[in-house]
Amino acid sequence: MDKGQGQGKGNRVIITVLGPDKVGIIAGVAQILTENNINILDISQTILQEFLAMVMIADMEKSKLDLNDLKKQLLVKSKEIGVRIDAQHEDAFRYMHRI
Amino acid sequence: MLTLAEIMETIKMVQEENLDIRTVTMGINLQDCADHDPIATQQKIYRKITSRAKNLVTVGNDLAREYGIPIVNKRIAVTPVSLITGCTPEADYTDFALCLDRAAAAVGVNFIGGFSALVHKGFTTSDEKLIYSIPTALEQTERVCASVNVATTKAGINMDAVYLMGKIIKQTAQATAAQNGLGCAKLVVFCNIPEDNPFMAGAIHGVGEPECTINVGISGPGVIKSVVEKNKRCDLGVLSEIVKKTAFKITRMGELIGRLAADRLGVPFGIVDISLAPTPAVGDSVAEILEAMGLERFGTHGTTAALALLTDALKKGGAMASSYVGGLSGTFIPVSEDACLAKAAVEGALSLDKLEALTGVCSVGLDMIAVPGDTSPETIAAIIADEISIGVINRKSTAVRIIPVPGKKVGDYVEFGGLLGRAPVMSVHHLSSHEFIRRGGRIPAPLCSLGN
Repeated sequence: MDKGQGQGKGNRVIITVLGPDKVGIIAGVAQILTENNINILDISQTILQEFLAMVMIADMEKSKLDLNDLKKQLLVKSKEIGVRIDAQHEDAFRYMHRI
Repeated sequence: MLTLAEIMETIKMVQEENLDIRTVTMGINLQDCADHDPIATQQKIYRKITSRAKNLVTVGNDLAREYGIPIVNKRIAVTPVSLITGCTPEADYTDFALCLDRAAAAVGVNFIGGFSALVHKGFTTSDEKLIYSIPTALEQTERVCASVNVATTKAGINMDAVYLMGKIIKQTAQATAAQNGLGCAKLVVFCNIPEDNPFMAGAIHGVGEPECTINVGISGPGVIKSVVEKNKRCDLGVLSEIVKKTAFKITRMGELIGRLAADRLGVPFGIVDISLAPTPAVGDSVAEILEAMGLERFGTHGTTAALALLTDALKKGGAMASSYVGGLSGTFIPVSEDACLAKAAVEGALSLDKLEALTGVCSVGLDMIAVPGDTSPETIAAIIADEISIGVINRKSTAVRIIPVPGKKVGDYVEFGGLLGRAPVMSVHHLSSHEFIRRGGRIPAPLCSLGN
């Protein structure tokens, strides 16, 4: 891997939430992150045609979980709230949008 | 920090526009598996493939999960088999194909390429044995893909090989008649075969390649179609620029996954093949991109120009996005694998002749074409000769993957299933090329200056 773009910031993940806006989405996701010692670096959100699009950038440096297990917990939460929640390594976006 | 718009753009590409990594292909050198004893050769081949590729599928699946991008296929390409089995006394190479099939099944890949021979200037004894084994090999195996290189710009065209392949394709179709000649979908005849192509059925691990390598093929026709649709009124110069920028973005994904896969598997990263590869899924079509550019139907006048624009813009954007571009790196127009192409063929908008012309501006012009089952071996050979000549003269890779479907005639529909899709049986010219093909021999290498 290219050290500059890849491993230097290798522990960041992008969590995206897509679905109908409702109470408690951010709280629900943030609770999972907090419980597992994952630091939220940035949150932004927008409403696209009545749907909520929320993006969190989080640092998993000191996380108790690996990305796979985090995804499993988020999946449980997504079914509970009724929205789509994904977590992906930040490089998937960084590589595409930054040279 | 990444912006919300950028993140949403990537998410949309994957979730709505079918962006995916079409294949992560591991190339494995088998030259050190050669042995006088055919059983020992097979054991060495099996051991080498299953040890080198044992984590290929796991790594592919892990990366897909972590990076949120589907990796549709994990595949293997090996040294052309005729190069390693020549010192065995075997007259028929089907057992070696069965060995490749078992190894592919053991590591969980869906295709393994390299049951191949390079005969652009002439046949070795081993090449001949391999080629004559192709019909049985493709009948008896599920995952093995075969390819034969019959021409290069430097050597000219081996017309004896072209004629032989006409016959072999017919025999392969007969051998797999119960599955509509499916064997022919796993058999490609090449000119200027790339040594590092990750796409099936033509993938091999060339003799100039390292011990083991990872090559990646991307797929994003839906992403390109979406930006073309959004820019309905701009002129073609501006459109080219937009396609180029989008090609950059999708190729970056291939570059990232290729590098990570190579890193995790502990082998060198080879290339990204920047070809746009369609699938039969709605919205994953190359033909739809051209129709979004303003053609009523793929195949009408203007199609060659539109495809030239598309392919060139893809190369410009892709070349910037990847440190190593290789393989075929053009645009694929496989008729059965692209629902919109198949539709154009049904409606009569797209003919075999137009597809051949399109070869001039893309990589594989005559790909996954079904023709009537009674098409003669000479006519198939003549179709191959035409396609191959375009590659030889224009110094590029071209290839033919044609299926003379047993018992079917023009207008019938043939189902191949899965990514291979379905296609109408297309008509071929009925006037004879037999005498020309029966002459055989070798068409000399072309003059490469005086370039008109």
